[in-house]
Amino acid sequence: MASTAKRQRIAVAKTYKIYIDGKFPRTESGRYFTLEDKRGNVIANMCRSSRKDFRNSVVAARKAQANWAKASAYLRGQILYRIAEMLEGRREQFVTELVLQGAGRRAAENEVDTSIDRLIYFAGWTDKYQQIFSAVNPVSSSHFNFSVLEPTGVVSMLAPDNSSLLGLVSNLAPVIVGGNSCIVLASETKPLCAVSFAEVLQASDVPAGVVNILTGFRSELTEFFASHMDVNAIIYCDGGKQVATAVQEAAANNIKRVIDRTGINWSKPDAGHPYLIRDTQEVKTTWHPIGT
Amino acid sequence: MALAAVKSSTRFPDLSTVPAVDEVGVNERVARFQSRSIKKASKVEALKLVLSMIDLTTLEGQDTPGKVRQLCQKAIHLHAAMPGLPHVAAVCVYPTMVAVAKKALAGHDINIASVATAFPSGMSSLSVKLEDTRMAVDAGASEIDMVMSRGAFLAGDYHYVFDEIAAIKEACGAAHLKVILETGELGTLDRVRKASVLAMHAGANFIKTSTGKIQPAATMQVTLVMLQAIRDFYYETDRMIGMKPAGGISTAKLGVHYLVMLRETLGNAWMTPEWFRFGASSLANDVLMQLVKQSTGIYQSADYFSKD
Repeated sequence: MASTAKRQRIAVAKTYKIYIDGKFPRTESGRYFTLEDKRGNVIANMCRSSRKDFRNSVVAARKAQANWAKASAYLRGQILYRIAEMLEGRREQFVTELVLQGAGRRAAENEVDTSIDRLIYFAGWTDKYQQIFSAVNPVSSSHFNFSVLEPTGVVSMLAPDNSSLLGLVSNLAPVIVGGNSCIVLASETKPLCAVSFAEVLQASDVPAGVVNILTGFRSELTEFFASHMDVNAIIYCDGGKQVATAVQEAAANNIKRVIDRTGINWSKPDAGHPYLIRDTQEVKTTWHPIGT
Repeated sequence: MALAAVKSSTRFPDLSTVPAVDEVGVNERVARFQSRSIKKASKVEALKLVLSMIDLTTLEGQDTPGKVRQLCQKAIHLHAAMPGLPHVAAVCVYPTMVAVAKKALAGHDINIASVATAFPSGMSSLSVKLEDTRMAVDAGASEIDMVMSRGAFLAGDYHYVFDEIAAIKEACGAAHLKVILETGELGTLDRVRKASVLAMHAGANFIKTSTGKIQPAATMQVTLVMLQAIRDFYYETDRMIGMKPAGGISTAKLGVHYLVMLRETLGNAWMTPEWFRFGASSLANDVLMQLVKQSTGIYQSADYFSKD
């Protein structure tokens, strides 16, 4: 009996959902798009997120940001390291997903390993970037004048389409290292790893709402990622001049930081650097009277 | 805004005829109110109606005259960048702040509501509560939000509760009386229904869910039960009673869900600030943000709206 049951076991296919406020809902719109491999076989039905999913994500990200920024650098570093540990434990799953979406096995393994290493790299920066980028400034009056970095707040991100895991990690880690919260639109053509990465984040003590990950169509959502008044910066990693112009114009309404990261090869060893952290930081300069 | 005088009929009701509440049915009905699809033009009108029904509230121990003046400014000028908006129905403050609010709202058609009767617990003697009420009325409050004595109600002393409400109603004079049931402390929907009947018969002009100090505050479930009690009271006596859910209603979407429930339970006659109010502090800004979103197409941030 048992052996018959084993032979006839029904496949358990994973439902890929989106990640908002620490939970895995389906898109509120109820819409889906089908992901196929090269031969046209269906891999999965992905949520086609709507602007309302994005709106809900921004609410969650805004709510979570203050406490995340308040967490000590040491704690944020530990959590980043924990993400790397969790990813390491699920290495095989991510390799399989990358292969399923068309990568060679060797390239897939490389991408996952580099992603883990990059997380550890940024985990180390949490308590160091302030020292590199902050300064005591010379002034010619009796003031103690110093500049320190503060997180810009809520960041929206159009993740790289091609480098679906490593590109995501390389852009996401510096944002949250610096105490920001973010909403990510995953790679449109290779969205599987982003959803699985959300599961890693959830298991790594990243507070709910700090990272929100949506899947869906860039052409539909870019406008809202760029124009939302409660988003303080937008990072985009693909698209030609047309996308750049559209993003910059829509982002101007509340003077968002616009960060263009098109054309970067994220697999290069020097693709991770602390200037990525500084991109989503604001400099606060304090004039403190002395000697009076 | 003019409030029609309502004659009260203070006869103790026969509580044995109060129907039991079907909790499963209430939950199903409430779920249905939340699934209505409301399209753009209707949504904008609904949002404006929500704004006009808000009792903009501050009930903190840390309230200062400055804070109350600021709240009154917000009540008058909800969002100057968007002309053509209604103003809120009333501001709701503690009795000691009524005079401040009256001065700040002079010349504007916005009512002043004051909580009274040893708010929020109501744990004091009747004479103290009457004095509290008179003080608020004398200072210029046109609406009194009293708290029902939950202790006495839960102990089964319904006559005490009834007499107390009737006495406070008398002390209110021309001011409207809203009776806060504090449904979060009543425990069951059956008791909510019974307390509603008691308050309406004792002379309440409005029944109100909560003080905002106890969780859960207003829920759609208790509000529906109270609306049904108002409907049956209207059939029985021909008297309209107003409804005020308060506490925990902070999003525009939820506000619109309440309007759907109001429309489908009591009908159009109640769809005015005269008969329905929201007790809220943060609801107004969320509604404003939604209205600006509807007119510009761009999602808004609280950073660009005055807090209060």
